[in-house]
Amino acid sequence: MDAKDILGLPKISLPIPQEKKSRPQKDSQRKPDGISREVYALTGGVAPLMPSIDVNQLKKRQQPENEKITWEWLSFTNSARKDDLKLYHWVRVVNGTPPSGDYSFAKYNKSVDVIKYTDEEYEKHLTDDSWTKEETDQLFDLCERFDLRFVVVADRFPSSRSVEELKNRYYSVSRAILIARAPSPADVSGHPLVKEPYNISQEIDRKRALSMVLSQTKQQERKDAEILSEAKKIMESRMAAKAAQDAELAVTSNTSPEGMEKTTAPVETASPSNVQATSGVAPLMSMADNAASAAASLRMLRVYLRTYALDQMVQAASSSAGLRTIKRVEQFLQELKVNLKPKVPTKAVCAEHLELRKEILTLLNLQKLLQNKEEGSSYREGSYTETPDTPKDRSFIPDSVSFGAISTERVGKRDQKRKGPGREAPSSPAQSNKRPRKLKATDS
Amino acid sequence: MARVSIPTDQNDAAVEESDSTPPQQMIETEDEENKSLTKKIKDLEICVPIAYGTISFWLGKKATETQSHMWTVYVRGATNEDLSAVIKKVVFQLHPSFSNARRVVESPPFELTERGWGEFEIAISIFFHNDVCDKQLDLFHPLKLYSEAEHGPLSTKKPVIVESYDEIIFPNPSDKFLARVHNHPSVIVPRLPPTLNLPHAPMDDTRRGDTKDHPHGQWFNRFSEADELLKLAEARQQVQNHIVKLKRRLSMLEG
Repeated sequence: MDAKDILGLPKISLPIPQEKKSRPQKDSQRKPDGISREVYALTGGVAPLMPSIDVNQLKKRQQPENEKITWEWLSFTNSARKDDLKLYHWVRVVNGTPPSGDYSFAKYNKSVDVIKYTDEEYEKHLTDDSWTKEETDQLFDLCERFDLRFVVVADRFPSSRSVEELKNRYYSVSRAILIARAPSPADVSGHPLVKEPYNISQEIDRKRALSMVLSQTKQQERKDAEILSEAKKIMESRMAAKAAQDAELAVTSNTSPEGMEKTTAPVETASPSNVQATSGVAPLMSMADNAASAAASLRMLRVYLRTYALDQMVQAASSSAGLRTIKRVEQFLQELKVNLKPKVPTKAVCAEHLELRKEILTLLNLQKLLQNKEEGSSYREGSYTETPDTPKDRSFIPDSVSFGAISTERVGKRDQKRKGPGREAPSSPAQSNKRPRKLKATDS
Repeated sequence: MARVSIPTDQNDAAVEESDSTPPQQMIETEDEENKSLTKKIKDLEICVPIAYGTISFWLGKKATETQSHMWTVYVRGATNEDLSAVIKKVVFQLHPSFSNARRVVESPPFELTERGWGEFEIAISIFFHNDVCDKQLDLFHPLKLYSEAEHGPLSTKKPVIVESYDEIIFPNPSDKFLARVHNHPSVIVPRLPPTLNLPHAPMDDTRRGDTKDHPHGQWFNRFSEADELLKLAEARQQVQNHIVKLKRRLSMLEG
């Protein structure tokens, strides 16, 4: 209002647009024609955007023009009935001729073929200690009347017999008759009654078990589930423990190389070999454990690939090694011209590959041990001329020499290099800072 | 192919491998004998060696923009034996730009031939018969149309073939499966104990499903473990020598 004053515009109230708004609203309210307003409001008050059913899509009833259809009240016979009762019903008559054919529901009158035996047959094959002829006859009569619904038969049976007993008698009688009447045993051997006779004790047990399951309370169910899962866990742990035990037995029976493996012994200890051995067993157990659990988990699988199995075993074997060590193992393999993943992974190849990896790990650990010892001794000797590089270079360079030359052992040269660590390191400045420069088979 | 690898028992360790019997094998024997959980035959793992991969031919004059190569992806027995005794069907999942990218092959030879221009990774899912295994096995293989040599000449005669060898292992085969395949050439079964009573299983080999006469058979690799074994044995020897030397040094240091 003040703005308009400032601008000097005339003040005009706007009643016109308001009028326009109210009118369209009223129009929509008046839309319905043919239905009362309230009913229309039930549908949402607005005409549907799209017709819900397209009348053209509905199938048109095919009524050929030349036929005249009338409906007549006619009588009919039912072939399923034994008497000649005639009943009436509406019939669609076309052009004056009533439809032909049997009553359409007669085909549903199915019944079971219950065997009928003669007295002779009864005397010959069917006598039984616990059943009289009378009872057996009654049983069969009821079975026929009630289409082998044994529950009903049991209810109607004059003397009290259980459903299983009735079934047993019925099936054994039928079976005996079948076999007796058959021209040769081979003919009926395919018949289900003959092939699988009714086993009454099994049935009683089965039904008892079923009813027990049905009547289990929720608590019992929970307890059962708990017990099952615990049993499973116990089985699994027992299996893993057994496997580990076996692995230990197998491995400790193997002497030396692996006995010293994996001991990262501290530098000062002039540790006697038996201490090393015992401390060696513990990390050995862990490696054996890993291998055992890897093997156990593989066996749990239904199917797997050899390469997958190898990967798992390799992982298990190098689980105690750090990432760096694993990389070193791989480099070693490459220098030995061995594929990191075997090209032809058969059982033998994979086993060899795994063993090779383990041996390389042993080797690397030994080297580390040795270098620690040397470091310790040189520390004591007080030679501080070591360059502050990765100390690994020192022990590696002598090794690379011996590694490259398998046949000739240049022991002298090796010793010389070992005694002069300080001299050695600066003499290989190009090598010292490059970690990958470790064991080269081509060094000499 | 009656390669015998007996799971070692206390009796004989007559295995072609080295003396330090791998703990893997020992675990299998001792453990399984005490387990009587399932009715499955223990202590035996059935091994099916396969070779899978792709082979692709450049179409030369007949090549178009969208179809420059004709390639086949396949799973075959490593010695070209019939795999249908074990495998029920193989499903190859192709690049989505192919119509019906999920191709199912239900009878041997388990392969699929297509024309295209691009390289992509094919997912191969192997489904086994019901008595073999109800889990599928998944493999992956990149399709290679062009050879490694950067600007090598494209030839319509020489295909680019990339195959991988692997072995499918069933650690706990069922009786039925074992009975069915224990004499089948496509499968390696360790020597069965003589007392084992196998149910009788019919062998129907009415149809030939092996790839011995495959049209591209001349290009298939013959995978031999001998080379690798040799290399590995050499390497192990070297490493062992090394270890011996180091131990000597270590003992010298301590002594």
